[in-house]
Amino acid sequence: MISFAVPEEIQQRLRFVRETAERFMRPQAREFDEREHTVPWEFINHMWDEALRTGRSFRSGAARDGDGLASQTIVHVIETLSWGDAGIYLCGPGAGLGGAAIEATGTPEQKQRFLSRYREGKPKWASMAMTEPHCGSDTAAIRTTAVRDNGSWVLNGEKIFVTSGHKSMLDSDGLMVVWATIDPQAGRAGMKPFVVEAGTPGLRVSKLEHKLGIRASDTASVVLEDCRIPLTNLLGSEQVTEPGKGFKGAMATFDATRPSVAASALGIARATVELVKELLALHGVEVRYDRARNRMGAVERDLLDMETQLRAAWLLTVKASWMMDHGLPNTVESSMCKVKAGDVVTRITQKGVELMGPDGYSRRLLLEKWMRDAKINDLFEGTGQINRLVIARRILGYSSRELK
Amino acid sequence: MLGFEPSPDQRTLVDSVRRFAARELRSGAREADETSTLPAEITGKGWELALLPASLPEAYGGFGERSAVTGALFAEELGWGDVAAAVALMAPALVALPVLICGSEAQKAELLPAFCGDAFTPGAAAVAEPHFDWDARALRTRAVRGGDGYLLDGVKCNVPWAAESEWTLVYAELEGRTQGFLVRRGSPGLTVKEREPNLGLRACPLYGLELQACAVPAARRLGGEQGADLGPLLDASRVAMASLAVGVARGAYEYALQYAKGRKAFGEAIAQRQAIAFMLAEMATDIEAARLLAWEAAWTLDQGQPALKEAALAKAFADDMVLQVTDRALQVLGGHGYIRDYPVEMWLRNGRGFAVMEGLAIV
Repeated sequence: MISFAVPEEIQQRLRFVRETAERFMRPQAREFDEREHTVPWEFINHMWDEALRTGRSFRSGAARDGDGLASQTIVHVIETLSWGDAGIYLCGPGAGLGGAAIEATGTPEQKQRFLSRYREGKPKWASMAMTEPHCGSDTAAIRTTAVRDNGSWVLNGEKIFVTSGHKSMLDSDGLMVVWATIDPQAGRAGMKPFVVEAGTPGLRVSKLEHKLGIRASDTASVVLEDCRIPLTNLLGSEQVTEPGKGFKGAMATFDATRPSVAASALGIARATVELVKELLALHGVEVRYDRARNRMGAVERDLLDMETQLRAAWLLTVKASWMMDHGLPNTVESSMCKVKAGDVVTRITQKGVELMGPDGYSRRLLLEKWMRDAKINDLFEGTGQINRLVIARRILGYSSRELK
Repeated sequence: MLGFEPSPDQRTLVDSVRRFAARELRSGAREADETSTLPAEITGKGWELALLPASLPEAYGGFGERSAVTGALFAEELGWGDVAAAVALMAPALVALPVLICGSEAQKAELLPAFCGDAFTPGAAAVAEPHFDWDARALRTRAVRGGDGYLLDGVKCNVPWAAESEWTLVYAELEGRTQGFLVRRGSPGLTVKEREPNLGLRACPLYGLELQACAVPAARRLGGEQGADLGPLLDASRVAMASLAVGVARGAYEYALQYAKGRKAFGEAIAQRQAIAFMLAEMATDIEAARLLAWEAAWTLDQGQPALKEAALAKAFADDMVLQVTDRALQVLGGHGYIRDYPVEMWLRNGRGFAVMEGLAIV
């Protein structure tokens, strides 16, 4: 059936989320942008308390197990939180990206051992370390090594761009999923995810990046020096040829998380469209939807275009998440929504600044901040170019060798 | 619940329309374009699909119920086959659906059964006007009260089947509102002008129309004496056009994709180059987005809710998308795209029409 009715369960969930965004995010957005790397504890504790109370993290989706709405709920929730503030949203406690990797590649025992902490005690984070100083999109080129030694894995290397890396290792009893190679000759097949728990000697958070936007969120660099972890912290198995795990597991993680990134982008875009419309309405500029476009004013046309692009990207995002919930392969759709959302949020927020002129450029309004926040969505969890590559290979039926 | 899969019934219908589009529309499109002639065989076979009777209730000779979502699904398939033929095939609905949605009981009883027969029954709507800033909600064609009804004056363009239709639904401004008037063929004051010499849609029989003190009885005003709110109709029209545009774009994209895989340059398929592959990826993404926007607007209409904004968004996106996609498809073919031995230039010309057509050009 074709239907665009948002399920009641999701709408109910959104009531809490919307209130959170209005109370703990939007009013503080400027402050946490200006005071980079200040941890928004009030928001974090609020989200954590709710997660403990309901038994579900805001990222865990469905209201009940097996209701088939998890991914659709997540994109709605994240869109709303990012409407509040994308930087603060990224500080949200819980298993996050590291948790997604554990879900995608871990054994049942590992999921229990590593993820149960996110249902009790104080706020915690789970980060994921993939990127290295010399390689980003080319994930197969990572150099961090894991060597088996005396009943342990020993990790050595350097990781950058670890979202919430500081929070996961220093502000909480969390963990970091570190991708390393156990066989540098084996390429992607040798890449494995390892869990490094907070407090493990040999892992040092060496730097926090200063960024264009999403400044509330910590983006950490990590140095691993003879970091020794238990053998059982390798997620899945060490079989280099094991299908569906390892690197493929990382890709499966992205199929699940790319719609979330798209949703975050679109929350920023919606905030922008709403504010610009509100401000322009004060000056009598409103979209007359019944008009043909060639009878609209230039600014009115821009507004219509912003709304159109936003809705287009949002529907792609909802569909990708719906496919996920229905167990349908959604690699193409996940990349499509990510590409589109990354493009439109960049365009919409830049247009917002342009349309409002000096007000748009001023730090008195949030428009310039949203423009800075927006751009990250075209970069992380696969740049726009990488996602185009993913789509192109699938629609053409090409391998990564045939289409480089 | 959210859902993105057509129902089994819709799928069956889409399959039959797709077969027809592939067998009849695709194969005949180029010749029909070159000769500006739509063979009667095409309209005959298209009519056998019974898409219109399936939207009309049994009381008037049909066997179904109007669904904008189902309409969007088959419009995409027809647009994929040949949009010029699709506009001609869907034209009877330009009379039947406004009468169904806005007509008086007497109008329904009189007109609808004619559209449920075995033979193709042309229908015409005269909406567009030949000036750059024409607006379906602010028409220059005027209706004034006179005699026992109305007198219409004005000039219309792009009226499908104007010469062949028993009924033409003429839209005109009456006391500040756009209203519809059912005008019978041969009415005094109604003149069918020449075929429109358009850039595209050449196979579609589109004509100019002139109205000079054309008298229409009071009972022939759409909706009867109190008239009709045409808003939902205009929205439905935008959705239908958006879906046709999705079909045109999908056809061009699929063709360009196959071409790019087969065409070799510098020792490999051109599709193996990111410059080409990325264009195709963006085309696929935008087609999917346009389809979803059209579906959402259609679904909103089917819920009986106002869909003004949804339909406006769907139309705006589809207008831009179909231009972009058909242009990119032509670019993928390079010089061959410009040659009339290949269908892509025709799709670009046809696609150009969407941004030009507004309001009630199709329902």
